[in-house]
Amino acid sequence: MKTAMKVANLPRLVPLLYIVFLLIPIYWLVNMSFKSTNEILGAFSLWPQEFTLDNYRKIFTDPTWYNGYLNSLAYVAINTVLSVSAALPAAYAFSRYRFLGDKHLFFWLLTNRMAPPAVFALPFFQLYSSIGLFDTHIAVALAHCLFNIPLAVWILEGFMSGVPQEIDETAFIDGHSFPRFFVRIFIPIIASGIGVAAFFCFMFSWVELLLAKTLTSVEAKPIAATMTRTASTAGYELGLLAAAGTLTIIPGALVIYFVRNYIAKGFALGRV
Amino acid sequence: MIDRKPNPKAWLLLLPMLALVAFNAVLPLMTVVNYSVQETFGDNVFFWSGVEWFRQVLLSDRFHQSLLRQIIFSAAILAIEIPLGVLIAITMPRRGIGVAFCLVLMALPLLIPWNVVGAMWNILALPDIGLLGRAVNGLGVSYNFTQQPLAAWITCVVMDVWHWTSLVVLLSYAGLCAIPQPYYQAAKIDGASRWAVFRYIELPKMKHVLTIAILLRFMDSFMIYTEPFVLTGGGPGNTTTFLSIDLVKIALGQFDLGTAAAMSLIYFLIILLLCWVFYTVITRKGQQ
Repeated sequence: MKTAMKVANLPRLVPLLYIVFLLIPIYWLVNMSFKSTNEILGAFSLWPQEFTLDNYRKIFTDPTWYNGYLNSLAYVAINTVLSVSAALPAAYAFSRYRFLGDKHLFFWLLTNRMAPPAVFALPFFQLYSSIGLFDTHIAVALAHCLFNIPLAVWILEGFMSGVPQEIDETAFIDGHSFPRFFVRIFIPIIASGIGVAAFFCFMFSWVELLLAKTLTSVEAKPIAATMTRTASTAGYELGLLAAAGTLTIIPGALVIYFVRNYIAKGFALGRV
Repeated sequence: MIDRKPNPKAWLLLLPMLALVAFNAVLPLMTVVNYSVQETFGDNVFFWSGVEWFRQVLLSDRFHQSLLRQIIFSAAILAIEIPLGVLIAITMPRRGIGVAFCLVLMALPLLIPWNVVGAMWNILALPDIGLLGRAVNGLGVSYNFTQQPLAAWITCVVMDVWHWTSLVVLLSYAGLCAIPQPYYQAAKIDGASRWAVFRYIELPKMKHVLTIAILLRFMDSFMIYTEPFVLTGGGPGNTTTFLSIDLVKIALGQFDLGTAAAMSLIYFLIILLLCWVFYTVITRKGQQ
């Protein structure tokens, strides 16, 4: 009887063990962030012996650090708004109409999602320098559109194809103009799809570093780049690095919490 | 099903999207094509050089080696992440507060900036101050990822498993949740074993999302750059220099424009080919 119960409970252990595995590196990072660099390099301990908030204090008082966060959040926000608003009408066109070259266009869009950022780093640097946008938030936001718009179109198209066409037709018969129908009726219906698309734009813009680093130097430098530069110049301030890393997890965690009920569907790109 | 009507004016709806993506995709790509067929001696003076750069890249040992490393890496993480992700998705609870708990915690690694992932694993795996490094060495296994190629490889693979298995889990979970309950009831009446339920109900129903998962993971791992770069810097030696790391070294490190551009195009063509396979598979599924 007892062994039978154990066998029945065994599957429950798998996700639990996986979550423990996920949390170990995060715990270690948070642990380090509460230690001074001396303590980290001096003695090995599983939790902070001399608990300190100095690392966080430094980040919140030093403009080069906290500006990094503001810069990152700024271009992520601009990119999310740009990507979703450009993707909305496009996704509608793909989900409702047939037109010359629609399939090829959709394929071309997808290839941009799959293009390695490393391929684009150098030409992007030259392109944005030549039009005078180098080292601005808008440059990074525009560059991230390369992979976020295709993704947003793809997700939104999936959600829109789940909305019955009769809704559009009824609205047009009732005399709504297209823009009015789109904004007043259609957008509220696919609000959850927009949420999921925005979540993914936020996610991929927030985690990307290669392009963001290549396109900025001082004014719009993202937090991630501040971290790599500090690592090389100021010796190796591990405690500070760990604190900055811990803080970069927080915006993501908040966003996940708000969209938790839609995550699974969004990951299936609305096409399950 | 949506009955899509022919409408040439639909192009108007695409204009904002096209303007943005074309600006970002077409212009830089043309720059790359330009560089790949020209030779320069500085001062912005360029000479036509034809396919010389392509020949050099395709024949260079360096490119072969980083391509080989890249293929082995992608194959290794697929072989681990896909089965593991499916296993976790199947054992996850379907309802109750456990669901939100699992989803939120599992999605966490996906939203950590990639260089932080690298830095995090770096301090976890350091042999002197890292928990993992200490633990493995404590077990009597000599482990130092900054010096041993094998250790560096294993650390990279484990890091990627940590980072991305959740994507496979969430996709598979979404697929599983879409299976109607009567399927399971029918299986129960037939007295089907757990394995039979998986093999004949769950796996076929997950085929579509698993295709997405495999191809997304394959392509994203094929262009991996930041995480291994921060973790190992491509070392020890060149042992973890994957394609993107090598390309950035050539393009931004050595400023070898011709070689970098030719390599970019070859790299991009490989991805395009895979993307085409991806797209065909997905649209075929949609028509069935």
